[in-house]
Amino acid sequence: MSERPVIEINGLRKTFGAIEVLKGVDLSIMEGKTTVIVGGSGQGKSLIIKHILGLIRPDSGSVQVYGKEMSNIGKKDLKEIRMDFGVLFQNSALFDSMTVFDNIALPLRERTHMSEEEISDIVNDKIEMMDIVGSNEKYPAQLSGGMRKRVGLARALVLKPRIIFFDEPTTGLDVAKSSELYRIFFHTQQQLKYTAVIVSHDVPKIFKLADYVALLNNGVIQGCLPPEEFQLSDDPVIKEFVETTMGPLYSGEMEV
Amino acid sequence: MFDLLEKLGSYCLYHVNQIGRMGMFLFYALLSIIRPPYKIYPIIRQTYLIGTLSIFVIIFIGAFTGMVLALQGYHTLSKFGAEGLLGSAVALSLIRELGPVLAAIILTGRAGSAMCAEIGVMRNSEQIDALECMAIDPYKYIMAPKFAAGIISMPLLTAIFIVVGIAGGYAVGVGMLGANEGMYFSSMYNDVTFDDVYMGIMKSLCFGVLIIAICSAKGYFVHLIRGGGFGAEGVSKATTDAVVLSCVTILLFDFIITSVLL
Repeated sequence: MSERPVIEINGLRKTFGAIEVLKGVDLSIMEGKTTVIVGGSGQGKSLIIKHILGLIRPDSGSVQVYGKEMSNIGKKDLKEIRMDFGVLFQNSALFDSMTVFDNIALPLRERTHMSEEEISDIVNDKIEMMDIVGSNEKYPAQLSGGMRKRVGLARALVLKPRIIFFDEPTTGLDVAKSSELYRIFFHTQQQLKYTAVIVSHDVPKIFKLADYVALLNNGVIQGCLPPEEFQLSDDPVIKEFVETTMGPLYSGEMEV
Repeated sequence: MFDLLEKLGSYCLYHVNQIGRMGMFLFYALLSIIRPPYKIYPIIRQTYLIGTLSIFVIIFIGAFTGMVLALQGYHTLSKFGAEGLLGSAVALSLIRELGPVLAAIILTGRAGSAMCAEIGVMRNSEQIDALECMAIDPYKYIMAPKFAAGIISMPLLTAIFIVVGIAGGYAVGVGMLGANEGMYFSSMYNDVTFDDVYMGIMKSLCFGVLIIAICSAKGYFVHLIRGGGFGAEGVSKATTDAVVLSCVTILLFDFIITSVLL
């Protein structure tokens, strides 16, 4: 089956004050695949996601989601496109005055006409899937970082979106917790077949989940390749990144 | 010289931008009240937070305002032998001016500041971004119940302030200073007209919308504050700005509404 791009970014530029952060980003995100955007801190990886989500308008260039241009999209169309989005924010962005149950139930209550019983069934199902049973009545402040991420992921998945964005999903988690989150991600993607866009620093672990790896360096995408090709790439910038982040051991072979 | 001009230009542009942003914010927020779906529970909850929880402080300040008015009024009126007009003096001062203005300033300090801080924290912790990404309109979800609650609460709080103030005036004027009880109420009955009450209601409605608009907008746009509005300091700066701007705007609009309605 041929791969179809659901998100296409061309010549995306964004400047803050005197600093040009994105200097012409070109990137295609394929349907049903997992694309990981890697790169150094402060390069603008999360900024790319914010442009796709329509939270920021570009200075120039185009961001198309399902063929619709996000840079000049109207409110109504933007709302329609966002119906297909799920987002796991870097700090989870849970509503701190709501319980875990209410956080996960919020999109169902606001965007559907389901009864409270139906909502309760779906939310409990997601709570079970995320392995956070017994946390229904807790508030985000009472949860550990890993649990907050899982609640955030449950909320992102609750309406079965077609595209899910993960902004640094394992930041602040220990090795065991991040492995657990990746396991949940892997299972949910197998089940729900969503397109995933992940911004991550967690190299090389994240490569195991990726169908494509894109390196953002100096405001441009240096390459968007399958992980094996990425690690073996001759591009000097990608090569340097692979050697710096994974060490020479990884630069010529796949992680086992 | 050019540096100074540049700074002046940048300062003016920032404030023109801010006025435009606030205008659009107010427009979208008011529009979101009349747009379906209509959910009554969030409005009741906000009315409780903004209105009900402010009642005690409104009663307390209303009573003392009425008492001071009676004290001052009696001593001034007695110089001209006009103690009989104490009731109307207290009532007119409260209904036309002090009730709406003081109730609005109390509401700004008690509920407006909290509202600004709450929305500011939501903005800084990406909760508002999360709402937008879930295709939930923040204006409909956050602002509409607050505006509706402000519009409901403000006239009621003002009415409570006025009634308690008149009672406080009675306690001091009649109870302590010995003014005639019948004259206190009859002068009020004779001199207070529907126009006075209308002015009080219009002011309180207008102030209610202004307080909620300024305090919510300051929190909503905390990230756009000049010089950076991030973190706890940004929220604290936004809250201070919201309270100061609300108080100044209340007094400014008090003058404008009085000039128009008198």
